[in-house]
Amino acid sequence: MKFVNDNFASARVHVKDDAQLFQKYGEKYGAQWTPTILELDGEGVERHRIEGFLPNEDFLSQLMLGRAQIAFAEQKWDDAERRFEEVVNSFPTSDAAPEALYWAGVSRYKATGDARFLKETAEAFKTRYQGTSWAKKASIWN
Amino acid sequence: MEIRFRHDVDTVLDEARKQHKPVLLDFSAAPM
Repeated sequence: MKFVNDNFASARVHVKDDAQLFQKYGEKYGAQWTPTILELDGEGVERHRIEGFLPNEDFLSQLMLGRAQIAFAEQKWDDAERRFEEVVNSFPTSDAAPEALYWAGVSRYKATGDARFLKETAEAFKTRYQGTSWAKKASIWN
Repeated sequence: MEIRFRHDVDTVLDEARKQHKPVLLDFSAAPM
């Protein structure tokens, strides 16, 4: 998968074939089910978790969301906003999209300090993703 | 395109830390 190879160093721990590693890292990161996919930042800190199987498009949208969260955690606001928007634009019907829309607005606000961008995000939720927890969270910005 | 997974997790994490590169860590039970 090109997105993964372009954005991550990738490691796999098999619960049986890599039993010692699974004991070490499964315990460290609290992995108690498979598949569990973690997206770690450059310091090894978990920034996103996917537990259980997902169809390809949902899986990719979650991976992209996690990569955006890494950029956000690193305070790379412009990069984070671009990545969150890419999730919304590429996978608008995915579960990841409303969360990405929310954090795109927060990233823009963080980059500029301008609360107008939070209000614009709340406005966007009036026409999209109504009823989601992310729309509710954004409603305070109205 | 397949994901290029490695199994030497210690090394992957160590290299990633030095390069400040994100890591995808997959816990799997699928047949290899």
